[in-house]
Amino acid sequence: MIEKNRLSQMKQAIVKGDKEKAQKLARQAVEDDLNLNDVIEEGFVPGIQEAGNLWEKGEYFLPELITSAESMKAVMSLFQPELEKKNLKAKSLGTVIIGTIEGDIHDIGKNLVASLLSANGFDVKDLGADVKISEFIQKAENEEADFICVSSLLTTTMLKQKDMIKMLKSKNLYGKFKVLVGGAPVNKKWAQDIGADGYAENAMSAAKLAKTLAQK
Amino acid sequence: MIKALRPKYELLSESFIKKILNECFELLEKYGVFVENQEAVKLFKQAGAEVHEPEQRVFIKPELVDRALSTAPSTIELYDRPGEQKFIIGGDQVHFDPGSAAVSILDHETNSQRKPTSEDLVKFVRITDSMEHIDFQSTGVISSDVPEIIGDSYRLYIGLQYSRKPVVTGTFRVEGFQPMHDMLVAVRGSKEKLKEKPLAILDACPSPPLKWSNLTAQSLIDSARAGIPSELISMGMTGATSPVTLAGTLVQHTAENLAGLVICQLACAGSPVIFGGSPSSFDMRKGTTPMGAVETMMIDSAYTQIAKHLNLPAHAYMGLSDSKINDNQAGLESGMGAVLAALAGVNVISGPGMLDFESCQSLEKLVIDNEICGMALRLIKGISQRDETLALNLFEDITPETQFLSKPHTRKWYRQEHIFPEIIDRDTHDEWEGKGKKSIADRAACRIENILKQPVELIDSELQKDLKKVMMADAKRNGLSSLPKIKSL
Repeated sequence: MIEKNRLSQMKQAIVKGDKEKAQKLARQAVEDDLNLNDVIEEGFVPGIQEAGNLWEKGEYFLPELITSAESMKAVMSLFQPELEKKNLKAKSLGTVIIGTIEGDIHDIGKNLVASLLSANGFDVKDLGADVKISEFIQKAENEEADFICVSSLLTTTMLKQKDMIKMLKSKNLYGKFKVLVGGAPVNKKWAQDIGADGYAENAMSAAKLAKTLAQK
Repeated sequence: MIKALRPKYELLSESFIKKILNECFELLEKYGVFVENQEAVKLFKQAGAEVHEPEQRVFIKPELVDRALSTAPSTIELYDRPGEQKFIIGGDQVHFDPGSAAVSILDHETNSQRKPTSEDLVKFVRITDSMEHIDFQSTGVISSDVPEIIGDSYRLYIGLQYSRKPVVTGTFRVEGFQPMHDMLVAVRGSKEKLKEKPLAILDACPSPPLKWSNLTAQSLIDSARAGIPSELISMGMTGATSPVTLAGTLVQHTAENLAGLVICQLACAGSPVIFGGSPSSFDMRKGTTPMGAVETMMIDSAYTQIAKHLNLPAHAYMGLSDSKINDNQAGLESGMGAVLAALAGVNVISGPGMLDFESCQSLEKLVIDNEICGMALRLIKGISQRDETLALNLFEDITPETQFLSKPHTRKWYRQEHIFPEIIDRDTHDEWEGKGKKSIADRAACRIENILKQPVELIDSELQKDLKKVMMADAKRNGLSSLPKIKSL
């Protein structure tokens, strides 16, 4: 049993987006040889959930939400090597390949989505901006990914999302990965038209959507 | 006669402008800008700038910026298609042009957005041409019935055919410049004549923070050499891609634009450059970029002041709205923006017609906004002394029955003192009811119908052939064998 006070401190550090405090608590947990999966599930995860709730209530805006997510990410990357040492794996909701598609260098929206996905328990491989379709697919195969998340801010590059679905079909990989699309010109109808598995209009709903789809 | 006072509004004190510029110069020197274009990097190196190769980061010394500022013209001339009407861009001159590059259009019938076609683009250009308070046209909508790759040259091709107004446009690809330049040259007759009488402005947007991409830097270089004015469109989003404070964003905005200015001046000293932008007050709840936010308008007005301090013509995206339909929000945001822009002395104001974060054009809104532009332009003309004696002599023979309607003085001045809007409602209630209780958008739609009924004024058939030749060659290079047929012709 981990003391309640300690768990609540962990939660609070994430809610407040206090990265240093969160890392300190995480390091202490490692030093005290606590069960790290319990620490994550009962201490830190409730923090990111609470931050998400506050966002949905309209109390948290993007700067708060993103600092909470960044703190969560920092904690998880600190735990990663420790878990590996013990031959444990952090509970993951799935592996996500994410990037902004070729021809498009805008990645602020994609970064928000990546942060929130990883804070919400996904293993996120961020390929960055201006990523070739073939690279998305190859990486997804190598990593045995569950999701491919493709962002595009421009109408010109949005068309490449369609090309990606085509390429997946031509390689007989369509359906193997859940493809989520996003970006300013993208909408639900576009996602349906091109045969993607989902669309989300912001980072928080992307995380929710991925969670729902992961459980299917 | 007492000259009318040109009404102005300013947000920055002289010392604040200097502080912003000092930080901006230090930023350029100490942290530099990323320049992803080989030719631009080469120009910087030749000018003695230090370049950090791995990330193509260029450190720009204040002397280099000063030199560029000393060669850049403070005013620019633009001419209409026939080369007859001249427009001065600079000083306190104000010109409106529609917000450009919309990816969707608001359909008046259904009140929902759809993808624009070539037909819509033609209509948009023809309506712009008829708007009395909008001096320039812009390549405002992107046709969905031609491949995206030739979207840049195609919209200029349509614009040059259906309107005589000068064009605000831009390239979508490095290769786009050539056909676009060729078309402009075709209109003027030669490259030299185009330089003498520029017909278009090319927009180029740095990528915040502090980066000039390959495409945009190339557009600056090509335009500078061809004598085409470049409009520098820095577009930080406060707290997302630029500092959250308005003053902090102004530092970055100025640095990005000045780096662009240096590229232009290195490519061709004396080349025309407009200090513009499309920054926004990033909404921290929605992650959107509201153009109708008052803070967005404040950043625009403030960098205009900086441009004036630097003796450069200014541009801004103002007089547009984030509303999705032609409602109160659309009117209030567009009205506020246009008035503030005019008062700030923005020389080129891009905005009319635009909705939904610069993504959607509405033909009806364009017609409504034309009225806003008319009012803003009237406002900045101020109050003039028309007569030696202002009023006293009009009361010489005053009786209790005196009215002014029949006085020659009224007849002489009323059309100059007052403007008469086309579609703003000034009917009595009964008259309005009798005409079918129309909203302003409905009245705008009626005006559009009337405009489009007019015969199209066709350009010279030789010129049309020349333009088509350039366009077809570009289309074929990109795998398209024919262009969309336009029914309205």
